[in-house]
Amino acid sequence: MAIAAASQNLVDGILAGSHRAAAKAISLIENDERASEQLIRRLYPQTGNAYTVGLTGPPGAGKSTLVDDIAQIARGDGESVGIIAVDPNSPFSGGAILGDRIRMMRHTVDPDVFIRSMGSRGHLGGLAVATSQARDVLDALGMGYVILETVGVGQSELEVAELADTTVVVLMPGLGDSVQTIKAGIMEIADIFVINKADHPALARTAADLRELLRLDPRQRAWTPPIVKTVATNEDGVHELWQAILKHRRFLEEKGGLKERRRRRLERQVVEIAARRLREEVLVPSTEASGFRRAVQAVTDRRLDPYAAADQLMEEGAKRVAAGS
Amino acid sequence: MVEPVSGRRIRILMAKAGLDGHDRGVKVVARALRDAGVEVIYTGLHQTPEQVVSAAVQEDVDGIGLSLLSGAHMTLFPRILELLKERGAADIVVFGGGTIPQEDAEILKQAGVAQIFTPGTSTDTIVGWVKERFGGRTAAA
Repeated sequence: MAIAAASQNLVDGILAGSHRAAAKAISLIENDERASEQLIRRLYPQTGNAYTVGLTGPPGAGKSTLVDDIAQIARGDGESVGIIAVDPNSPFSGGAILGDRIRMMRHTVDPDVFIRSMGSRGHLGGLAVATSQARDVLDALGMGYVILETVGVGQSELEVAELADTTVVVLMPGLGDSVQTIKAGIMEIADIFVINKADHPALARTAADLRELLRLDPRQRAWTPPIVKTVATNEDGVHELWQAILKHRRFLEEKGGLKERRRRRLERQVVEIAARRLREEVLVPSTEASGFRRAVQAVTDRRLDPYAAADQLMEEGAKRVAAGS
Repeated sequence: MVEPVSGRRIRILMAKAGLDGHDRGVKVVARALRDAGVEVIYTGLHQTPEQVVSAAVQEDVDGIGLSLLSGAHMTLFPRILELLKERGAADIVVFGGGTIPQEDAEILKQAGVAQIFTPGTSTDTIVGWVKERFGGRTAAA
Protein backbone atom coordinates (compact mmCIF):
# COMPACT_ATOMS: atom_id res chain seq x y z
CA MET A 1 0.00 0.00 0.00
CA ALA A 2 1.57 3.25 -1.14
CA ILE A 3 -0.53 5.32 1.26
CA ALA A 4 0.37 3.13 4.22
CA ALA A 5 4.09 3.30 3.48
CA ALA A 6 4.01 7.05 2.93
CA SER A 7 2.14 7.70 6.17
CA GLN A 8 4.48 5.38 8.10
CA ASN A 9 7.42 7.44 6.81
CA LEU A 10 5.72 10.62 7.98
CA VAL A 11 4.96 9.10 11.38
CA ASP A 12 8.58 8.00 11.82
CA GLY A 13 9.73 11.49 10.87
CA ILE A 14 7.33 13.21 13.25
CA LEU A 15 8.35 11.00 16.16
CA ALA A 16 12.01 11.81 15.34
CA GLY A 17 11.14 15.51 15.63
CA SER A 18 11.26 16.41 11.92
CA HIS A 19 9.51 19.69 11.14
CA ARG A 20 9.46 18.72 7.48
CA ALA A 21 7.55 15.51 8.23
CA ALA A 22 5.11 17.31 10.53
CA ALA A 23 4.50 19.95 7.86
CA LYS A 24 3.88 17.31 5.18
CA ALA A 25 1.54 15.44 7.52
CA ILE A 26 -0.54 18.57 8.13
CA SER A 27 -0.84 19.13 4.37
CA LEU A 28 -2.00 15.55 3.96
CA ILE A 29 -4.64 16.10 6.64
CA GLU A 30 -5.80 19.28 4.91
CA ASN A 31 -5.98 17.71 1.47
CA ASP A 32 -6.81 14.04 1.73
CA GLU A 33 -9.23 12.61 4.26
CA ARG A 34 -8.54 8.95 3.50
CA ALA A 35 -4.78 9.25 3.77
CA SER A 36 -5.05 11.28 6.95
CA GLU A 37 -7.03 8.49 8.64
CA GLN A 38 -4.08 6.12 8.08
CA LEU A 39 -1.74 8.73 9.48
CA ILE A 40 -3.73 9.58 12.60
CA ARG A 41 -4.30 5.91 13.42
CA ARG A 42 -0.54 5.39 13.51
CA LEU A 43 0.14 8.64 15.36
CA TYR A 44 -2.60 8.44 17.96
CA PRO A 45 -0.78 6.33 20.59
CA GLN A 46 1.90 9.05 20.74
CA THR A 47 -0.52 11.91 21.45
CA GLY A 48 -2.09 13.23 24.63
CA ASN A 49 0.93 14.97 26.13
CA ALA A 50 0.58 18.53 24.84
CA TYR A 51 -1.44 21.15 26.69
CA THR A 52 -3.73 23.03 24.30
CA VAL A 53 -4.46 26.73 24.65
CA GLY A 54 -7.02 28.39 22.36
CA LEU A 55 -7.09 32.10 21.58
CA THR A 56 -10.17 33.62 20.03
CA GLY A 57 -11.65 37.06 19.60
CA PRO A 58 -12.63 39.65 17.00
CA PRO A 59 -10.39 40.60 14.05
CA GLY A 60 -7.65 43.02 14.96
CA ALA A 61 -7.91 42.41 18.72
CA GLY A 62 -4.26 41.35 18.81
CA LYS A 63 -4.49 37.56 18.91
CA SER A 64 -1.41 36.89 16.78
CA THR A 65 0.75 39.33 18.72
CA LEU A 66 -0.39 37.75 21.99
CA VAL A 67 0.40 34.27 20.65
CA ASP A 68 3.87 35.55 19.79
CA ASP A 69 4.30 36.94 23.32
CA ILE A 70 3.01 33.75 24.96
CA ALA A 71 5.40 31.67 22.85
CA GLN A 72 8.27 33.90 23.94
CA ILE A 73 7.49 33.45 27.64
CA ALA A 74 6.81 29.73 27.30
CA ARG A 75 10.19 29.31 25.59
CA GLY A 76 11.78 31.20 28.48
CA ASP A 77 10.27 28.56 30.76
CA GLY A 78 11.88 25.88 28.61
CA GLU A 79 8.62 24.77 26.99
CA SER A 80 8.34 23.87 23.31
CA VAL A 81 5.45 25.48 21.45
CA GLY A 82 3.38 24.49 18.44
CA ILE A 83 1.13 27.12 16.90
CA ILE A 84 -1.75 26.71 14.46
CA ALA A 85 -3.04 30.06 13.25
CA VAL A 86 -6.22 30.04 11.17
CA ASP A 87 -7.23 32.78 8.72
CA PRO A 88 -10.21 32.77 6.37
CA ASN A 89 -10.20 31.69 2.71
CA SER A 90 -11.98 33.86 0.19
CA PRO A 91 -15.55 32.65 -0.42
CA PHE A 92 -15.09 33.78 -4.04
CA SER A 93 -11.70 32.48 -5.19
CA GLY A 94 -10.93 29.98 -2.42
CA GLY A 95 -7.56 31.70 -2.03
CA ALA A 96 -6.24 33.26 1.16
CA ILE A 97 -3.67 35.61 2.60
CA LEU A 98 -2.41 33.86 5.70
CA GLY A 99 -0.73 36.66 7.62
CA ASP A 100 -0.77 35.71 11.31
CA ARG A 101 2.79 34.52 11.05
CA ILE A 102 4.09 38.05 10.38
CA ARG A 103 3.73 38.74 14.12
CA MET A 104 5.62 35.58 15.06
CA MET A 105 8.68 35.63 12.81
CA ARG A 106 11.16 35.95 15.70
CA HIS A 107 10.32 32.32 16.57
CA THR A 108 10.68 30.95 13.06
CA VAL A 109 14.24 29.65 13.32
CA ASP A 110 13.75 28.27 16.85
CA PRO A 111 13.71 24.45 16.48
CA ASP A 112 11.40 24.19 19.51
CA VAL A 113 8.70 26.32 17.93
CA PHE A 114 6.56 25.13 15.01
CA ILE A 115 4.18 27.59 13.40
CA ARG A 116 1.61 26.62 10.81
CA SER A 117 -0.79 28.96 9.04
CA MET A 118 -4.05 27.34 8.04
CA GLY A 119 -6.88 28.49 5.79
CA SER A 120 -10.35 27.83 7.20
CA ARG A 121 -11.37 26.60 3.70
CA GLY A 122 -15.00 27.52 4.13
CA HIS A 123 -15.46 25.93 7.55
CA LEU A 124 -17.48 28.22 9.79
CA GLY A 125 -16.63 27.36 13.40
CA GLY A 126 -13.59 29.67 13.69
CA LEU A 127 -11.11 26.89 12.91
CA ALA A 128 -10.49 24.60 9.92
CA VAL A 129 -11.68 21.01 9.59
CA ALA A 130 -8.02 19.95 9.74
CA THR A 131 -7.16 21.89 12.92
CA SER A 132 -7.97 19.10 15.36
CA GLN A 133 -5.80 16.51 13.61
CA ALA A 134 -3.04 19.04 12.96
CA ARG A 135 -3.07 19.60 16.73
CA ASP A 136 -2.50 15.86 17.15
CA VAL A 137 0.50 16.07 14.81
CA LEU A 138 2.13 18.85 16.86
CA ASP A 139 1.34 16.91 20.03
CA ALA A 140 3.13 13.84 18.61
CA LEU A 141 5.99 16.07 17.43
CA GLY A 142 6.63 16.59 21.13
CA MET A 143 5.40 20.14 21.62
CA GLY A 144 4.66 20.86 25.30
CA TYR A 145 2.08 23.48 24.41
CA VAL A 146 -0.07 23.79 21.32
CA ILE A 147 -1.66 27.20 20.76
CA LEU A 148 -4.67 27.44 18.46
CA GLU A 149 -5.49 30.88 17.08
CA THR A 150 -8.92 31.20 15.49
CA VAL A 151 -9.93 33.42 12.60
CA GLY A 152 -11.23 36.78 13.77
CA VAL A 153 -14.61 35.75 15.17
CA GLY A 154 -17.98 37.34 15.82
CA GLN A 155 -20.22 35.86 18.46
CA SER A 156 -20.93 32.27 17.63
CA GLU A 157 -17.71 30.60 16.49
CA LEU A 158 -17.13 28.43 19.53
CA GLU A 159 -15.32 25.39 18.18
CA VAL A 160 -12.01 26.35 19.77
CA ALA A 161 -13.46 25.71 23.23
CA GLU A 162 -14.11 22.11 22.19
CA LEU A 163 -10.45 21.57 21.30
CA ALA A 164 -8.62 23.67 23.87
CA ASP A 165 -7.84 22.82 27.48
CA THR A 166 -7.75 26.54 28.28
CA THR A 167 -9.72 29.01 26.17
CA VAL A 168 -8.63 32.65 26.14
CA VAL A 169 -11.10 35.20 24.77
CA VAL A 170 -9.30 38.33 23.59
CA LEU A 171 -11.31 41.56 23.60
CA MET A 172 -10.40 45.18 23.22
CA PRO A 173 -11.75 48.40 24.69
CA GLY A 174 -14.73 50.05 23.05
CA LEU A 175 -16.23 47.01 21.34
CA GLY A 176 -19.78 47.69 22.48
CA ASP A 177 -21.97 48.50 25.43
CA SER A 178 -22.82 46.30 28.39
CA VAL A 179 -25.57 44.48 26.48
CA GLN A 180 -22.93 42.95 24.20
CA THR A 181 -21.31 41.31 27.20
CA ILE A 182 -24.47 39.53 28.30
CA LYS A 183 -25.20 38.05 24.91
CA ALA A 184 -24.82 34.32 24.52
CA GLY A 185 -21.93 32.68 22.74
CA ILE A 186 -18.32 33.66 22.78
CA MET A 187 -18.54 35.36 26.18
CA GLU A 188 -19.56 32.04 27.73
CA ILE A 189 -16.59 29.97 26.62
CA ALA A 190 -13.77 31.99 28.20
CA ASP A 191 -11.57 30.47 30.88
CA ILE A 192 -9.56 33.68 30.76
CA PHE A 193 -10.53 37.09 29.41
CA VAL A 194 -7.91 39.38 27.94
CA ILE A 195 -8.57 43.04 27.29
CA ASN A 196 -5.79 43.87 24.87
CA LYS A 197 -4.89 47.41 23.77
CA ALA A 198 -5.38 48.31 27.44
CA ASP A 199 -3.77 51.70 26.90
CA HIS A 200 -6.98 52.82 25.19
CA PRO A 201 -9.13 55.36 27.12
CA ALA A 202 -12.23 53.12 26.94
CA LEU A 203 -10.48 50.45 29.03
CA ALA A 204 -12.18 51.32 32.34
CA ARG A 205 -15.65 51.01 30.85
CA THR A 206 -14.94 47.73 29.07
CA ALA A 207 -13.35 46.24 32.18
CA ALA A 208 -16.30 47.35 34.32
CA ASP A 209 -18.81 45.81 31.88
CA LEU A 210 -16.88 42.56 31.88
CA ARG A 211 -16.60 42.43 35.68
CA GLU A 212 -20.35 43.01 35.86
CA LEU A 213 -20.94 40.11 33.48
CA LEU A 214 -18.88 37.80 35.65
CA ARG A 215 -20.50 39.02 38.89
CA LEU A 216 -23.98 38.32 37.52
CA ASP A 217 -23.11 34.83 36.27
CA PRO A 218 -25.67 32.62 38.02
CA ARG A 219 -23.61 29.46 37.55
CA GLN A 220 -21.83 28.46 40.74
CA ARG A 221 -18.46 27.93 39.17
CA ALA A 222 -15.34 26.72 40.88
CA TRP A 223 -13.32 28.76 38.37
CA THR A 224 -14.08 32.41 37.75
CA PRO A 225 -12.40 33.65 34.57
CA PRO A 226 -9.80 36.27 35.44
CA ILE A 227 -9.61 39.48 33.41
CA VAL A 228 -6.07 40.19 32.22
CA LYS A 229 -5.21 43.58 30.73
CA THR A 230 -2.48 43.59 28.12
CA VAL A 231 -0.75 45.80 25.59
CA ALA A 232 0.59 42.99 23.44
CA THR A 233 2.80 45.18 21.25
CA ASN A 234 4.75 46.30 24.38
CA GLU A 235 4.48 42.89 26.06
CA ASP A 236 2.67 44.61 28.96
CA GLY A 237 0.59 42.18 30.98
CA VAL A 238 1.61 39.11 29.02
CA HIS A 239 3.43 37.56 31.99
CA GLU A 240 0.17 37.90 33.94
CA LEU A 241 -1.60 36.17 31.04
CA TRP A 242 0.89 33.29 31.07
CA GLN A 243 0.49 32.98 34.84
CA ALA A 244 -3.30 32.91 34.41
CA ILE A 245 -2.96 30.10 31.84
CA LEU A 246 -0.71 28.12 34.21
CA LYS A 247 -3.10 28.73 37.10
CA HIS A 248 -6.06 27.49 35.06
CA ARG A 249 -4.07 24.44 34.03
CA ARG A 250 -3.23 23.66 37.68
CA PHE A 251 -6.88 24.16 38.59
CA LEU A 252 -8.01 21.69 35.91
CA GLU A 253 -5.33 19.17 36.79
CA GLU A 254 -5.95 19.29 40.53
CA LYS A 255 -9.76 19.21 40.39
CA GLY A 256 -9.93 16.52 37.73
CA GLY A 257 -11.46 18.89 35.17
CA LEU A 258 -8.75 18.31 32.59
CA LYS A 259 -9.43 14.59 32.30
CA GLU A 260 -13.14 15.28 32.11
CA ARG A 261 -12.75 17.93 29.37
CA ARG A 262 -10.55 15.67 27.33
CA ARG A 263 -12.85 12.68 27.83
CA ARG A 264 -15.84 14.69 26.59
CA ARG A 265 -13.83 15.94 23.59
CA LEU A 266 -12.83 12.40 22.59
CA GLU A 267 -16.36 11.14 23.12
CA ARG A 268 -17.62 13.80 20.70
CA GLN A 269 -14.91 12.89 18.23
CA VAL A 270 -15.75 9.18 18.29
CA VAL A 271 -19.45 9.88 17.84
CA GLU A 272 -18.69 12.24 14.94
CA ILE A 273 -16.57 9.65 13.15
CA ALA A 274 -19.19 6.95 13.73
CA ALA A 275 -21.97 9.23 12.48
CA ARG A 276 -20.00 10.02 9.33
CA ARG A 277 -19.35 6.32 8.71
CA LEU A 278 -22.98 5.42 9.30
CA ARG A 279 -23.97 8.05 6.80
CA GLU A 280 -21.37 7.18 4.17
CA GLU A 281 -21.32 3.41 4.53
CA VAL A 282 -24.87 2.54 5.56
CA LEU A 283 -27.39 5.30 4.90
CA VAL A 284 -26.14 6.64 1.56
CA PRO A 285 -25.85 3.12 0.01
CA SER A 286 -29.36 2.36 1.30
CA THR A 287 -30.73 5.28 -0.70
CA GLU A 288 -29.79 3.28 -3.81
CA ALA A 289 -32.39 0.63 -2.95
CA SER A 290 -35.62 0.64 -4.94
CA GLY A 291 -37.66 0.78 -1.71
CA PHE A 292 -36.17 4.19 -0.97
CA ARG A 293 -37.14 5.57 -4.38
CA ARG A 294 -40.72 4.34 -3.85
CA ALA A 295 -40.77 5.92 -0.40
CA VAL A 296 -39.58 9.27 -1.76
CA GLN A 297 -42.26 9.11 -4.45
CA ALA A 298 -44.82 8.46 -1.72
CA VAL A 299 -43.54 11.49 0.19
CA THR A 300 -43.82 13.56 -2.99
CA ASP A 301 -47.46 12.40 -3.44
CA ARG A 302 -48.21 13.15 0.23
CA ARG A 303 -49.07 9.47 0.84
CA LEU A 304 -46.19 9.22 3.29
CA ASP A 305 -44.63 11.83 5.58
CA PRO A 306 -40.84 12.44 5.61
CA TYR A 307 -40.43 10.99 9.11
CA ALA A 308 -42.00 7.67 8.15
CA ALA A 309 -39.81 7.53 5.04
CA ALA A 310 -36.72 8.18 7.20
CA ASP A 311 -37.77 5.29 9.47
CA GLN A 312 -37.97 3.04 6.41
CA LEU A 313 -34.50 4.17 5.32
CA MET A 314 -33.10 3.33 8.75
CA GLU A 315 -34.73 -0.11 8.67
CA GLU A 316 -33.13 -0.71 5.28
CA GLY A 317 -29.77 0.40 6.75
CA ALA A 318 -30.18 -1.90 9.75
CA LYS A 319 -30.85 -4.80 7.37
CA ARG A 320 -27.66 -3.99 5.47
CA VAL A 321 -25.69 -3.97 8.73
CA ALA A 322 -27.26 -7.27 9.84
CA ALA A 323 -26.40 -8.81 6.46
CA GLY A 324 -22.82 -7.71 7.05
CA SER A 325 -22.55 -5.72 3.84
CA MET B 1 -21.68 30.88 1.92
CA VAL B 2 -19.31 28.44 0.34
CA GLU B 3 -19.28 24.77 1.11
CA PRO B 4 -16.16 23.55 2.87
CA VAL B 5 -13.88 22.62 -0.01
CA SER B 6 -11.56 19.67 0.17
CA GLY B 7 -8.68 18.96 -2.14
CA ARG B 8 -5.29 20.46 -2.64
CA ARG B 9 -4.54 24.18 -2.72
CA ILE B 10 -1.44 25.76 -4.14
CA ARG B 11 0.49 27.24 -1.19
CA ILE B 12 3.06 29.96 -1.80
CA LEU B 13 5.23 31.77 0.73
CA MET B 14 5.78 35.40 -0.20
CA ALA B 15 8.76 37.02 1.46
CA LYS B 16 10.80 40.19 1.58
CA ALA B 17 14.37 39.39 2.55
CA GLY B 18 17.11 41.60 3.85
CA LEU B 19 17.20 45.39 4.15
CA ASP B 20 14.32 46.23 1.87
CA GLY B 21 11.20 48.05 3.01
CA HIS B 22 9.39 48.27 -0.31
CA ASP B 23 6.43 45.93 0.07
CA ARG B 24 3.89 47.37 -2.33
CA GLY B 25 4.79 45.01 -5.16
CA VAL B 26 4.76 41.87 -3.02
CA LYS B 27 1.36 42.80 -1.62
CA VAL B 28 -0.09 43.35 -5.11
CA VAL B 29 1.18 39.95 -6.22
CA ALA B 30 -0.03 38.28 -3.00
CA ARG B 31 -3.48 39.72 -3.55
CA ALA B 32 -3.56 38.61 -7.19
CA LEU B 33 -2.59 35.06 -6.19
CA ARG B 34 -5.26 35.05 -3.49
CA ASP B 35 -7.83 36.03 -6.09
CA ALA B 36 -6.62 33.11 -8.22
CA GLY B 37 -7.34 30.63 -5.41
CA VAL B 38 -3.84 30.34 -3.98
CA GLU B 39 -3.14 30.19 -0.25
CA VAL B 40 -0.48 32.85 0.24
CA ILE B 41 1.56 32.89 3.43
CA TYR B 42 2.98 36.39 3.80
CA THR B 43 5.88 36.73 6.22
CA GLY B 44 6.42 40.47 6.22
CA LEU B 45 9.56 42.57 5.87
CA HIS B 46 13.24 42.16 6.73
CA GLN B 47 13.44 38.37 6.78
CA THR B 48 16.73 36.51 6.86
CA PRO B 49 17.19 33.60 4.43
CA GLU B 50 17.11 31.27 7.47
CA GLN B 51 13.70 32.63 8.50
CA VAL B 52 12.34 32.33 4.97
CA VAL B 53 13.45 28.71 4.64
CA SER B 54 12.26 27.64 8.10
CA ALA B 55 8.87 29.21 7.45
CA ALA B 56 8.65 27.55 4.03
CA VAL B 57 9.40 24.14 5.58
CA GLN B 58 6.85 24.55 8.40
CA GLU B 59 4.20 25.81 5.99
CA ASP B 60 4.95 23.02 3.48
CA VAL B 61 4.64 25.44 0.57
CA ASP B 62 4.98 24.54 -3.09
CA GLY B 63 7.05 27.62 -3.77
CA ILE B 64 8.79 30.65 -2.30
CA GLY B 65 8.20 33.96 -4.05
CA LEU B 66 10.92 36.41 -3.11
CA SER B 67 10.54 40.13 -3.74
CA LEU B 68 13.83 42.00 -3.97
CA LEU B 69 14.26 45.68 -4.67
CA SER B 70 17.47 46.15 -2.72
CA GLY B 71 20.11 44.91 -5.15
CA ALA B 72 21.05 42.00 -2.88
CA HIS B 73 19.51 39.36 -5.14
CA MET B 74 22.82 37.74 -6.09
CA THR B 75 23.44 36.97 -2.40
CA LEU B 76 19.96 36.19 -1.11
CA PHE B 77 18.61 33.87 -3.83
CA PRO B 78 21.65 31.53 -3.78
CA ARG B 79 21.63 31.47 0.02
CA ILE B 80 17.98 30.44 0.10
CA LEU B 81 18.58 27.68 -2.47
CA GLU B 82 21.52 26.44 -0.42
CA LEU B 83 19.52 26.39 2.84
CA LEU B 84 16.66 24.52 1.19
CA LYS B 85 19.12 21.87 0.11
CA GLU B 86 20.54 21.64 3.63
CA ARG B 87 17.05 21.14 5.05
CA GLY B 88 16.23 18.41 2.52
CA ALA B 89 13.61 20.67 1.00
CA ALA B 90 15.11 21.33 -2.43
CA ASP B 91 11.76 20.36 -3.99
CA ILE B 92 10.38 23.74 -2.85
CA VAL B 93 10.52 25.93 -5.95
CA VAL B 94 12.11 29.38 -5.65
CA PHE B 95 11.00 32.24 -7.87
CA GLY B 96 11.06 35.97 -7.50
CA GLY B 97 10.73 39.42 -8.81
CA GLY B 98 12.00 42.94 -8.51
CA THR B 99 14.67 45.23 -9.88
CA ILE B 100 16.91 42.49 -11.19
CA PRO B 101 19.00 43.09 -14.33
CA GLN B 102 18.53 40.61 -17.17
CA GLU B 103 22.09 39.27 -17.01
CA ASP B 104 21.72 38.60 -13.27
CA ALA B 105 18.37 36.90 -13.88
CA GLU B 106 20.01 34.50 -16.32
CA ILE B 107 22.73 33.59 -13.81
CA LEU B 108 20.14 33.06 -11.07
CA LYS B 109 18.05 30.82 -13.32
CA GLN B 110 21.08 28.70 -14.09
CA ALA B 111 21.70 28.45 -10.34
CA GLY B 112 18.21 27.02 -9.81
CA VAL B 113 15.81 29.95 -9.46
CA ALA B 114 12.75 28.86 -11.44
CA GLN B 115 11.66 32.27 -12.74
CA ILE B 116 12.41 35.99 -12.30
CA PHE B 117 9.74 38.60 -12.99
CA THR B 118 11.08 42.07 -13.72
CA PRO B 119 9.32 45.47 -13.40
CA GLY B 120 6.42 45.86 -15.79
CA THR B 121 5.30 42.23 -15.62
CA SER B 122 1.51 41.98 -15.33
CA THR B 123 -0.04 40.13 -12.41
CA ASP B 124 -1.81 37.93 -14.98
CA THR B 125 1.56 36.72 -16.23
CA ILE B 126 2.69 35.85 -12.70
CA VAL B 127 -0.60 34.16 -11.79
CA GLY B 128 -0.53 32.18 -15.04
CA TRP B 129 3.00 31.00 -14.37
CA VAL B 130 2.20 29.96 -10.77
CA LYS B 131 -0.89 28.01 -11.84
CA GLU B 132 0.95 26.24 -14.62
CA ARG B 133 3.99 25.46 -12.51
CA PHE B 134 2.17 24.27 -9.38
CA GLY B 135 -1.36 23.46 -10.48
CA GLY B 136 -0.65 19.96 -11.75
CA ARG B 137 0.97 18.53 -8.64
CA THR B 138 -1.02 16.33 -6.34
CA ALA B 139 -1.01 15.99 -2.57
CA ALA B 140 0.55 12.55 -2.70
CA ALA B 141 3.48 13.69 -4.82
